[in-house]
Amino acid sequence: MAFLFAQFLTGLANASSLFLVASGLSLIFGVTRIVNFAHGSFYMLGAFIGVTLMEILPGHFGFWGSILLTGLAVGVIGAFVEIVVLRPIYRAPELFQLVATFGVILVIQDLALMIWGAEDRLGPRAPGLRGVWRIFGEPVPKYDIVLIAITPFILFALWYLITKTRVGVLVRAATQDREMVGALGVNQAWLFTGVFALGSALAGWGGALQLPKGGADLLMDFNIIGAVFVVVVIGGMGSLPGAFIAAVLISVLNVLGVTYIPQSTLVLMFVVMAIVLIIRPYGLLGREEVAGEHGQVGAPETPIRPYGPTGQAVIAALLLVLAALPLVVDQFVLILMIDMVVFALFAASLHFILGTGGLVSFGHAAFFGGGAYAAALLVFHTGTPMELAFLFAPLAAGLLALGIGWFCIRLTGVYFAMLTLAFSQLVWSLAYQWRAVTRGDDGLVNIWPSDWLSETIPYYYFTLILGIGGILFLRHVIHAPFGYALRAGRDSPRQAEAMGINVKRVQYAAFALAGVMAGLAGGIFVFSKGSVFPTELEIAASFDALIVVFLGGVKTLAGGVVGAGFMTMVEDWLTRLEYWRLLLGLVIIAVVIIAPEGIVGSIRTAWNKYRGTEEEIAK
Amino acid sequence: MLNVEGIHSYYGKAHILNGLSFEVRRGEVVALLGRNGAGKSTTMKSVMQLVRPRTGRVMFQDDDLVGQPAYRVAKSGIGYVPEDRRIFTDLTVMENLEVGRQPKRKDAPDWTIEQLFEIFPNLAERRGNRGKQMSGGEQQMLTIARTLMGNPALLLLDEPSEGIAPVIVEQMAETILKLKAEGLTVMISEQNLHFARSVADRAIIIEGGEKKFDGSFAELEAHPEIRDAYLSV
Ligand SMILES: Nc1ncnc2c1ncn2[C@@H]1O[C@H](COP(=O)(O)OP(=O)(O)OP(=O)(O)O)[C@@H](O)[C@H]1O
Ligand SMILES: [Mg+2]
Repeated sequence: MAFLFAQFLTGLANASSLFLVASGLSLIFGVTRIVNFAHGSFYMLGAFIGVTLMEILPGHFGFWGSILLTGLAVGVIGAFVEIVVLRPIYRAPELFQLVATFGVILVIQDLALMIWGAEDRLGPRAPGLRGVWRIFGEPVPKYDIVLIAITPFILFALWYLITKTRVGVLVRAATQDREMVGALGVNQAWLFTGVFALGSALAGWGGALQLPKGGADLLMDFNIIGAVFVVVVIGGMGSLPGAFIAAVLISVLNVLGVTYIPQSTLVLMFVVMAIVLIIRPYGLLGREEVAGEHGQVGAPETPIRPYGPTGQAVIAALLLVLAALPLVVDQFVLILMIDMVVFALFAASLHFILGTGGLVSFGHAAFFGGGAYAAALLVFHTGTPMELAFLFAPLAAGLLALGIGWFCIRLTGVYFAMLTLAFSQLVWSLAYQWRAVTRGDDGLVNIWPSDWLSETIPYYYFTLILGIGGILFLRHVIHAPFGYALRAGRDSPRQAEAMGINVKRVQYAAFALAGVMAGLAGGIFVFSKGSVFPTELEIAASFDALIVVFLGGVKTLAGGVVGAGFMTMVEDWLTRLEYWRLLLGLVIIAVVIIAPEGIVGSIRTAWNKYRGTEEEIAK
Repeated sequence: MLNVEGIHSYYGKAHILNGLSFEVRRGEVVALLGRNGAGKSTTMKSVMQLVRPRTGRVMFQDDDLVGQPAYRVAKSGIGYVPEDRRIFTDLTVMENLEVGRQPKRKDAPDWTIEQLFEIFPNLAERRGNRGKQMSGGEQQMLTIARTLMGNPALLLLDEPSEGIAPVIVEQMAETILKLKAEGLTVMISEQNLHFARSVADRAIIIEGGEKKFDGSFAELEAHPEIRDAYLSV
């Protein structure tokens, strides 16, 4: 009993940081309606800045002063990011904002690497709080008790700020109707910057406060973001008390999990999330989001038309070139081409659900990696022949999509995005922690194709047929009645319902189909590489696909394919540079701000301008 | 006080205001009349810069508002009450009023919450209630009171009589006259000619984003054909 209580206290102490980071995210989302994926980066910055300051400033004053200063510094950085990156894109569709914050993650990762180096830093102990206190005979670190004592004050201070002050009233008003707040004489630009700075500062404080219990490393940003999303989703977006309750719940469960079921700590939190969401789709204290409440509409869209004769000729020519390629190029290029086709199919499947379905999935890697793992597991454990195992890749991914979709399809917008991301983290954590089956981060190796495909050239044709076939099939579906129903559901769900379309069911089917196609790509992938690792399931993998779709252009069908080609080539030479993330991040941010239609979209707009057919687009 | 000079406003590619010009003089109440879709609300939004006129000027006390952010327009002394009310439904009455609060201004009447509660007694009773718990008429009073908290010199009221009971409409007319007596300049957009006549000194009629009539109500009465052509009575 005493042991359990001590465990509970440890959980409470861990909740402190998590709550700070989550409340910052929630606050920023509430007002700006932007899900700041870079929030984990601010947490990481908080840890690094905190360590650095603590090394300079000695003693009690130095320790707590460092923590205080860290928050302020991160707040200033947050304000800078808001002004430079987000201000120009508040009116842009959600996806653009999300992608922009992902660009920020990349930039901050490399800046942190430049400034602090690749080595992990151990956090200093808090002066005067080094030992333990005994509670019912059990040792509890003193610092934990201090954290437990501070957190309610922080919660109270935030609550007071939001409910009792003029700033809080303005913030809440802006959450509902920013334009009206502006029309009443409030400069909301600075209100937004202020909220963003405060949210970032909270993340920074979270990073600094956890130092004595942990440290600072370059993986902190992605490591915390999954947990933070889970907390925010469980608590309800925009609810501070909700974030607090959820942070405590997750942290306590985590501590108990480490003690009793150590192999499943990561999975546990997602299971809890799933249960909460079945009962309350908008979280414990969250409220239902009314679609379109905030008046965010994108630019009018060009209807997607099937290619005309010229387009078809171009595609046929392209296919011929691809088919003839092995005659002229060497093996290295063919392998690069296989990667490109795999990536293109993966991106096309995401484009299908995102562009056509209007569902911004942030966890699409779950299906790609899930398919790859399904095939690999069969080969690895049962020696299933490649042909049969390969079929399992799309099948398993489709089933996985049916399972995940069952939870996610009910939600829209950022809720959908966060939930898909959380579920993909669940799949990742299974692959990572269920070592008996998946071998964890050692990965599954020696997954080679059958003899008739073992040479590069046959496998290239195998890839070409299935990959291009998959992409063309998706194209076909988009122009079939099913595709029209899907788009009707995206553009005006209510009218679509009135026309007798079961929007949710159509979206569910589309989500499953996208999963199947991503799984197919994963299947091709795993047999081309001969191995699969949990990295294929990471958040970063999902983001790669999103960025590809985005760079190519969300509104053009060719977008995903062109983006994938671009990305595979760019990454090929970019990753040779030391600070390629910084460059890529800056490119992404620049594209979001300067060419938000993506590569294909921008080229088409320019082309149409040139031909003076702009009027036609408006229709 | 307000001089709108040849503004053209668009929603995307839809051309809504077509070279509209008019003037509002200090201390008067002007009614902006016109059918559904004539462009009344767009005119008010164009003054507030919630819709940016592509050409033309909006001169307010010798300052061109075009291109300024809406909060600057509000700070320069224009209060705006939108037709769809847009009260903050999750905030209480007191909090809604707080959002509107601005420092006092030399050239405009200065409002305290107590004075507003005198004009709108319903609000006083419901001060702790959330916006979403209020009736339509109460919400309308709340939007006006909220805007008055900004101590505007010029008040833009977009269809204050829309969707509220006749008794309340009469109260509303009294209220507007009270505001005028306090020294406020008011522009209301209306479809209800009777209501407009009971409060306004002058009528401006627009149709298809162009001005069709500008003059007193007596003049308008002398030309029933104008009324029949541009107003649905
Ligand atoms: N947000 C918008 N996007 C596109 N068109 C709009 C928008 N708002 C209004 N319009 C169009 O602009 C025209 C003028 O609208 P406006 O709201 O100014 O009219 P109004 O005179 O206020 O009408 P009502 O009496 O119905 O309020 C209408 O044809 C309307 O359809
Ligand atoms: Mg109107």
